[in-house]
Amino acid sequence: MAVYEHTYKRYAGQLTPEWSRFLIIPHHAYRDVFKSKLFTAFFSLCFIPLLVEAILIYLHHNVEALALMRINVRELLPIDASFFQFFVNLQGSLAFFVVLLVGPPLVARDLRNNALPLYLCRPFSRAEYVAGKMSVLLILLSVITWVPQLLLFLFQSYLEGARWFIDSLWIGSAIFIGSVVWILLLALLSQAVSALVKWRVVASGALLGILLIPSIFGEVVNNLFLTRWGNIISLSALMRNVSAGLFGTFVRATSRITDFDGRVAREIVINEPPLWVSWVALFVVCAICLGLLSRKVRAYEVVK
Amino acid sequence: MVIPAAVSDQTALSNPANFAPVIDLNGLSVTFGKRPILKNLRGELRGRAIGLLGPNGAGKTTLIHTLLGFHPPSSGTAHIFGRDITTDAKQIRSFVGYMPERDSFITKMSAVRFVRLMAELSGLPAATALERAHEALFYVGLGEARYRNLDTYSLGMKQLAKLAQAIVHGPKLIFLDEPTNGLDPPARQRMIRLIGEIRDSGQANILLSSHLLRDVEECCEEILILKDGEIAVYCNLEEERKANRKFLLLETRGDQKGFAEAIAGLGCEYARTTDHRLKVVLQEGIEVRDLYRVAASHEVQIRRLSYKRDSLEDIFLKAMENGHGGL
Repeated sequence: MAVYEHTYKRYAGQLTPEWSRFLIIPHHAYRDVFKSKLFTAFFSLCFIPLLVEAILIYLHHNVEALALMRINVRELLPIDASFFQFFVNLQGSLAFFVVLLVGPPLVARDLRNNALPLYLCRPFSRAEYVAGKMSVLLILLSVITWVPQLLLFLFQSYLEGARWFIDSLWIGSAIFIGSVVWILLLALLSQAVSALVKWRVVASGALLGILLIPSIFGEVVNNLFLTRWGNIISLSALMRNVSAGLFGTFVRATSRITDFDGRVAREIVINEPPLWVSWVALFVVCAICLGLLSRKVRAYEVVK
Repeated sequence: MVIPAAVSDQTALSNPANFAPVIDLNGLSVTFGKRPILKNLRGELRGRAIGLLGPNGAGKTTLIHTLLGFHPPSSGTAHIFGRDITTDAKQIRSFVGYMPERDSFITKMSAVRFVRLMAELSGLPAATALERAHEALFYVGLGEARYRNLDTYSLGMKQLAKLAQAIVHGPKLIFLDEPTNGLDPPARQRMIRLIGEIRDSGQANILLSSHLLRDVEECCEEILILKDGEIAVYCNLEEERKANRKFLLLETRGDQKGFAEAIAGLGCEYARTTDHRLKVVLQEGIEVRDLYRVAASHEVQIRRLSYKRDSLEDIFLKAMENGHGGL
């Protein structure tokens, strides 16, 4: 089929390995994603907290710099699990906004333009299609969450010494697992919403709603019934608990002092749902998303 | 693992599966819910270009989708070049190209990027995919417009872009689902010419689904007519044409009876339709000039002489009237 020959000719060259073909989707998607100046600017801003985190770690170990800036080392945050947990949660929040900008059109655009038959008539399965679309988000989110966090953890280990590194390996695993669970959840949610709603704005709104509305409702339930079981419908609360569990800061029982007419005081102990409930709830959400994707990502939908 | 296709082609040559029919239908049935769409289709399709005909809702598109693995068969199966569609779907899709009926695109992409992406998904390395994307777009006549966004294409250009993505990876079998839908006459002619060229190159087999008989007649050697999910007719158009080549319709003036008997004397069969019309089947070795000679000797004028052949329309209408046939 050479241009100069203008004849049809079969291809008899080498083929790429099958396992790598899902990466073609992110490769092409990033061209469009980074065409948007708004997104590029926001994505760049996502690195600022990481820069602050790096500076804080550096200052902790640089007495000269601290003296020059007249800062007492005690005034700085201690570099421990809570320090990394704070930044992991902060980056997780930014990751949500990245998903809000990138996620909704990924599957929706293909569904709206009947592009799925074109993907699926090739040696490319539905699972590979979903993996390809998910990896658009997973790669982007990894770049602003667990990858730099782990690098900063290694940076802190380098400055603090091998002993600290060995003692704090669990912090590294908490950073990795906490971030991966969150970005996986976000990616699955956005793909499921994108597969259900064909319009980008509506899909973005739905994604925001899925995160905010159950959280508000859960908080209302918590306050009305003086409980914390309302958290099991709030994705952000579930993730907060899982993250706290991983970083060893999860506290199940919290007490609250209620004052009656300024005379009688009563202490009410409110229990968070057990940690495993949060894990199960997240697992159920992921399973629902996968079920929706498996139902919607088809070359042609048979209408009954 | 990089698969050297040249090597796989060589092994393929020694593979008996290569002599298998293009499409082998083994009692293929498909149901959607409780509604049967394809019913126990059986037969071997071997033509270079096979026309898939049938009225709307006959199951043409469903058959193509089932062969591509989009719908699972409810019973039976089919083989494409000897490979089972239920177990080797992915392998089949590696040597098949598909041009869907409906508009199917990835928006906000230039044609060359779109076709390149499709080639890469078929397994071509990035550089080769880009090269072949350019070639495919030039081949279908979109060379000058290849950097334009697909959203700005006219309907005819979109059809050509769909054809380009279907052939960019050089498939062995190309499914074309209503390729001339919505095209104006020059665009239709161009599409038909391209399909003919691909067929004549001998590099790929074509399954052309259409409800436009003229398109199928111009492009295809074999036709498969579906009716209510069953095979109504399967025939080789070339053989039909050859069989009908010696079937003549004559309009005469004069002593038709004597003329007819003289023709019978030559060994030809005849049938008188009206007082002036005669149907004649020429025997081997008898030429048209012999008829004129006999007519002259009987003082009969031959006012009109035409070859009668069953047009595809006749075959189609017969199939619709008669109901179900088979291979």
